[in-house]
Amino acid sequence: MSEAPLFKPRFNAAKPAFGILVFLLYVFLLAPLLIVFVVSFASNQYLSFPPEGFTLKWYEMLPKESTFMEGMKVSLIVAVVVTLIVLALGVPVALALDRFEFKAKAAVQSFFLSPLLIPSIVLALGMVLLFGPLRLNNTYAGIIIGHVAITIPFVIRTTLMSLATTDTSCEAAARILGANSWTVFRRVTLPIIAPGVIAGGVIAFIVSFDEAVISLFVAESGLPTLPVQVLRYVENSADAAVAALSVILILISLAVVVIVERVMGLRKALR
Amino acid sequence: MTLLKTRGRSPLQAAGSGELEKATEKRNRRTYLALLIPGLLGLLVSFVFPLAYMVRMSFNKGAPDGVIEETFTFDTYLQPLTDPYYWKVTLDTFQMGVTVGLLCVLVSYPVALFLARSQSKYRGLLLAIAIAPLLTSAVVRTYGWMVILGTNGLINSSLTGMGLIDTPLKLTNNITGVTIGLVEIFMPYAILAMISGFGRLSPQLEEAAGSLGASKAKIFARVTLPLSLPGILTAFLLVFVLSISTFITPRLLGGGSVQVLATEIYDQTTGLLNWPFAAALSVILLVLFGLIIAVYQRLTRKIGG
Repeated sequence: MSEAPLFKPRFNAAKPAFGILVFLLYVFLLAPLLIVFVVSFASNQYLSFPPEGFTLKWYEMLPKESTFMEGMKVSLIVAVVVTLIVLALGVPVALALDRFEFKAKAAVQSFFLSPLLIPSIVLALGMVLLFGPLRLNNTYAGIIIGHVAITIPFVIRTTLMSLATTDTSCEAAARILGANSWTVFRRVTLPIIAPGVIAGGVIAFIVSFDEAVISLFVAESGLPTLPVQVLRYVENSADAAVAALSVILILISLAVVVIVERVMGLRKALR
Repeated sequence: MTLLKTRGRSPLQAAGSGELEKATEKRNRRTYLALLIPGLLGLLVSFVFPLAYMVRMSFNKGAPDGVIEETFTFDTYLQPLTDPYYWKVTLDTFQMGVTVGLLCVLVSYPVALFLARSQSKYRGLLLAIAIAPLLTSAVVRTYGWMVILGTNGLINSSLTGMGLIDTPLKLTNNITGVTIGLVEIFMPYAILAMISGFGRLSPQLEEAAGSLGASKAKIFARVTLPLSLPGILTAFLLVFVLSISTFITPRLLGGGSVQVLATEIYDQTTGLLNWPFAAALSVILLVLFGLIIAVYQRLTRKIGG
């Protein structure tokens, strides 16, 4: 060790080995998503390997599978309404947290982010218990209320991040020029924080659309969402129709990923 | 937006009127309350009430057929705390959390290290690919693992096809399958947590150690690893906490033969309709959760200070 060479040889075997290791770990990370693509185009009647041929029959089956279409409808309605609600509730909260000073601000902020710390199975049980006497189980209202808590933290976080990077002088300028608060918000603040609002909105959408545990507890029997239908199908059938459906779900997620990455960066938004 | 950005650099900003604005708004109590209250109400209805109701429910008495006797008793807690079966379920849950946490850290660490150091122009893309699975459905990813690990799945078909095994390996409907699935599903969380925790890790320090004569192994053991320890610890605890409360993967890949707290809670509700008992199990899970987070916060303060 003492006779350290001044110029180390450039090549060492550790570097390519590390590269291969990282590549293999990426394969592991993406394996379940990639395999679903392969299976969805395989003509094997039952789930097996290797694929015997290429087919689109699983995709053609989807529109005829009424459980999937029903589930898709429920999930879309729920996710759209949840997104609108949490944007309407969450963006003002983020504004209050960033633009105003008040006591207990830190506590309020951690309160709004805390639903992500609670296991969803625990929340789901609480919902189904509370909704029983209120007759909200197996209703749209029940699922939507159930999804508000778990999606609102994303909207608040991404909006806060956009707010933090803007300064308030534009708003002040607009006010001095005679704009009222609502106009200032609509014409000045909102365009500035749009990336955070959009990122939060699409994340809220996909979290609600893919959520399975709360939906399972609250509405398994009466109003199953798409993830609940997939869950049931996977438990009972062995064919690849669900693979085709999974590919569509993955593509929807991919669209969300691309939007978030474009407007504010995935890492920043999900941190 | 470009227009607004240019406006942002107006003389107003130089005059520090942004600060002035904040000061005037400090008094505007009514505005911030109006902004906060709808959100607070929303969270009250969809978060606080359900949890409070569940805690209250755990002190009721459950009877068969879903009948609930309104009372205040600790009986529901007595059974999970005295019955060895529930101790086993709790311990299994704990053990699964530790195993998944350790393995997940092990497989995520090289990726996180690579992403933290990489100067490639594709770094952003590779980072996005590593965390993008976070936004895909857990049901879909679990299904993917069922396809890979199942009796007629990718692994078993390949191995039998190559003549390496005669009878398929049992990789699903047991804890092996659940563990493999969970390790992969929580990898993006671990990678994110590690990268955020690698704050003090810098290539300069490693280069310095190298130019002072340390071998690759020594640099890793004495510089890289100690500096990335906070990130590793955060990732481990995050994955542990996520694993002990996860439901979908143990349910699907466990196929009914892996019983953890989450699946037990589900069975107590839908199968047995014993609501107070399920509530008590949930409270136990929450307490376990709180304890771990408290320990974690003490640890991070120690490392940070």
